[in-house]
Amino acid sequence: MNPWRTNFWRNLACSVLLLVVGLSLAANWLAPAGYARQFREATDAAPSRTHWLGTDEIGRDRFARVLYGTRISLLLAPAAALLSTLMAALVGGLAGYLGGAWSRAAMAATDLFLSLPWLFLLITVRALLPLNVSPLVSVLVTFLMLGLLGWTSAARVLCSSAATLRESDFVRQARASGVRGVRLFWIHVLPNLKPVLLAQFWISIPVFILSEANLGILGLGVAEPMPSWGSLLRELEGLISVGEAPWKFVPLILLVVVVTSFQLMLSKQEQAAA
Amino acid sequence: MWHALALVATVLLGGLLSATLVRLAPGFDSDEAQLDPHLNSASVQALRQARLDQHNIFRFYFHSLQRAAHGDLGTSLSLAQPVSLLLRERAPLTLRLIGIGLLLSWAVAMAMALSAAWLRVSAYDALTTAISGTFLCIPAAVLALLSVLWNVPGALAIALIVFPSVYRYARNLLAKAYAMPHIVMARAKGLSELRILFWHVVPVAGPQLVAVAGVSVSLAIGAAIPVEALCGLAGVGQLAWQAALARDLPLLTNLTILVTIVTLLANSSADVIGHMLRAQEA
Amino acid sequence: MAIKITRRNGILAATLAAAACLGILTRSASAQGELRFCLRSEPKTFDPLKVEDDASAAVRYLTGGVLLRVNRQTQALEPELAQSWKVSKDGRQITFQLRSGISFSDGTPFSADDVAYTVQQLMDPALHSPTGDAFRSGPGNTETKILSATQISITFPAPVAGLDRQFDQVAILSAHSGKKEMAVLGPFMVEDYKPGATVLLKRNPNYWKTDAQGRKLPYLDSIRLDIQPNRDVEMLRFKRSEIDLINSLDSEYFDKLASTSPQLVHDAGPSLDSEQMWFNEVAKSPLPGYKKTWFRSANFRRAISQAINRDDLSRVVFRGHAQAAIGPVSPANKFWFNARLKPETCSPDTALKALQGEGFRLENGTLKDKDGNEVIFSVITNSGNKYRERMATMIQEDLQKIGIHVNVVTLDFPSLIERMTQTFDYEAILLGLTNVGLDPSEQMNVWLSSSENHQWNPSEKSPETPWEAEIDRLMRAQASSADAQKRKESFDRVQEIAVEQAPFIYLVNRNALSAVAANVQGASPVILVPQTYWNVERLSVK
Repeated sequence: MNPWRTNFWRNLACSVLLLVVGLSLAANWLAPAGYARQFREATDAAPSRTHWLGTDEIGRDRFARVLYGTRISLLLAPAAALLSTLMAALVGGLAGYLGGAWSRAAMAATDLFLSLPWLFLLITVRALLPLNVSPLVSVLVTFLMLGLLGWTSAARVLCSSAATLRESDFVRQARASGVRGVRLFWIHVLPNLKPVLLAQFWISIPVFILSEANLGILGLGVAEPMPSWGSLLRELEGLISVGEAPWKFVPLILLVVVVTSFQLMLSKQEQAAA
Repeated sequence: MWHALALVATVLLGGLLSATLVRLAPGFDSDEAQLDPHLNSASVQALRQARLDQHNIFRFYFHSLQRAAHGDLGTSLSLAQPVSLLLRERAPLTLRLIGIGLLLSWAVAMAMALSAAWLRVSAYDALTTAISGTFLCIPAAVLALLSVLWNVPGALAIALIVFPSVYRYARNLLAKAYAMPHIVMARAKGLSELRILFWHVVPVAGPQLVAVAGVSVSLAIGAAIPVEALCGLAGVGQLAWQAALARDLPLLTNLTILVTIVTLLANSSADVIGHMLRAQEA
Repeated sequence: MAIKITRRNGILAATLAAAACLGILTRSASAQGELRFCLRSEPKTFDPLKVEDDASAAVRYLTGGVLLRVNRQTQALEPELAQSWKVSKDGRQITFQLRSGISFSDGTPFSADDVAYTVQQLMDPALHSPTGDAFRSGPGNTETKILSATQISITFPAPVAGLDRQFDQVAILSAHSGKKEMAVLGPFMVEDYKPGATVLLKRNPNYWKTDAQGRKLPYLDSIRLDIQPNRDVEMLRFKRSEIDLINSLDSEYFDKLASTSPQLVHDAGPSLDSEQMWFNEVAKSPLPGYKKTWFRSANFRRAISQAINRDDLSRVVFRGHAQAAIGPVSPANKFWFNARLKPETCSPDTALKALQGEGFRLENGTLKDKDGNEVIFSVITNSGNKYRERMATMIQEDLQKIGIHVNVVTLDFPSLIERMTQTFDYEAILLGLTNVGLDPSEQMNVWLSSSENHQWNPSEKSPETPWEAEIDRLMRAQASSADAQKRKESFDRVQEIAVEQAPFIYLVNRNALSAVAANVQGASPVILVPQTYWNVERLSVK
């Protein structure tokens, strides 16, 4: 692979991410109005000089909402993705490394975890939180729950990968050299699980952003009037009208760009892991 | 035999945990019907008492298992029909939907992953990443609505929901396998790229790909819920959503048991095949 | 003249045949004379006496034969299976003269026996259905007396307000048929039911009605009801001519359709439905004491009401297809609406002054009570209802102008109901009243302070405020009177008290919006449910 070309994509991705982060941090100056302000005389408006991306169904400036929503989604979704990846590494990776009954028990527990209706746990969590919980706490709890519940798919794949690595030559060599236990796992096995870990991390980011919006149905997630990418993407569910208002796709395009940029940046890690 | 017993125990535990989650979640005794202003106090109380026999979750579950042993899976509270009848009518559609969706998703994902791994061109990699990233970012409900809009089968929507995850795992696993020392040797020996890919790369990534296959079944089951609900397909996914909203304990417990069985079967099969492949390699 | 079979004739015939086939295919493969529309949920029962949900009510309307029917257009009560009736002066007894020569869909003859059987089933204390409870005005047994094969008298233990009109909801069951509730007297009968997918109704061959020309009704051969909860998909299917009508159309889709095909959409004006908000006034609720003090103050509630811009709610959320609510009754309910009530004018300044009169003060843009507590409360509403979510967000902004911070929380419906009816762990709720009937007695269980559905403070052992005691007295008075004018006077006063005390903050009355495809003939949408197919027996499809 041409290193210049690889660096080009990675540098481009990095620049894009920095630009997006920069724009979101500068929302206070860039946004023509607050994200909550309702221009009730101009609801569901098309883009104009005053409203660059038009307004939503109750007259809030969409551009402002995209900028402010970026802060929450861009910060918390990767954090939750990191949490779920670490949990997958711990459960799946260790289970595969240890093998035998440990592996079988851990994978049975993982399959069980995959099958349960966690919707009801989330409803219970909402019930335990006060109704007047601060938006920040609500969002933090939401992404924490997503991180704690989203590790199962990767755990299975990691278990299989770790099981393969356990029998590989270099691990046997390391074991023969006297490296054992946690050290063997940490230094020789875990780094070779990076391709799966990075895949899990990358997949989790948009999944958690979208899940946060769906959790709004249960009273969790970002509360009105605060925006998030997930809540902005829910506008797309009114497909019949969205076709006539293509500017409503901007949050989706932005999310795709950010997710792709994340992956291109992570590709160096994947190469190194490979 | 122990393995079979462990599977059965896991399934039963899944049913019990599911029932517990539903029972403890708020809104269990609530019925929308009690808001009807025509109902008098006695009727409202009767509605609230309708689920008294389900309050003790262990007793409920034990009786459910007793009845299930005789083929009676209980009656759905929200639909007032036998659960066994509901599952019998709807499971084939969902299995077909998920089956076709998985085949399609794997076909697309593996085509993209294999070509990306083989070509190793960064522009192509960026393109496939962008394509899979796009579908990963589109809400499942939107993909389902698009399938209605374009009059395409719901299985295609499921395929589009599942393939990005499968692609990413597969691509990373293949890339890792490509970097292994024996590939260098194979190239040095003058083997063609195609032969290297299918004889030396894919088999190495095989056990993990099989694990991904097992996991993709769970992803497809999760995707079936919005797809069936929005496409108006009378499958198990639509049933699950209705049951969740209505806190329909008998139906939810049986649905969880069904999902646990399918997940365990899929992943256990993946484990067995993975184990065989690893043994072959060794 | 014989037609020579030539090559040209053959080609012409083939072309015509192909065109005919294409014509059939283009019309989405539906049978001739079949009406198609969607139900928003699965019908829970086909037993007309146990109907609790909208989907089951729709099937009951289409299949059930009733003794009397409220004409949805004129709102007048008309004879159906009963050709005449008489209600006693005390409102306890009703005597029906039934039509003769009528049979159920399976051929079983209809007689007074069936009416007696139906009433006995309906009044079974174990039934617990809204239909039955509407007749349960007091303790005691209901007596049915069969005077002849076509005459029956029913006596209730206590007066039932609007007794005759209640029979609009009572579909008669057969006492003798082996098919039980599937033997019907209505224009259609259930032919097939695919759970989660479709309910297919076909014409009842024994339906008794004919039109003015003596033709048997209904005109339609069948009705196909597709189960489709999603409104976007329903709209898409309507645009594709896969369904023929949308009974309750969203305002944004109304506008979309109106811009391209205005002849297909109908705005019948304000419906009887209302959207409203109320505060938790339950003394034993787990709210802090200072919040209970706020919410139990009529001045506080009225001030909140004054600060809400209802015109904006109608204009923005419902795109002008709603009007600001004035009180508990929609102006569309011409007889029962109290015309003396005036609409609330939105005035944040007036609201603030009123709150200041209660000891509240504005400090740095935040309203505080006399003890220095910031006025912050949550409004919960059910998730998935975009109109309520938007209304709540707009109310949040309106109240922000007077320094009140509102948190909008959307919850799944069962969780919301639990907070509202059992734990009382909520501060304010935004919900709506739908399928509201004309007669105020249908809302007895909302206004009586002892009732479970007295939403702001259910199941009071005795009225906790003088105004609730007054409402109790007035509602009982109107329920026990047979004099329409006297009833109206009582209920007018109830409406006035409701506006003075504001236990409910009425927001908007939505318009009844519907869409009917061009191929449907005879449709005349109205505000009463079912808006579009109320005259289903006279509808036809081209």
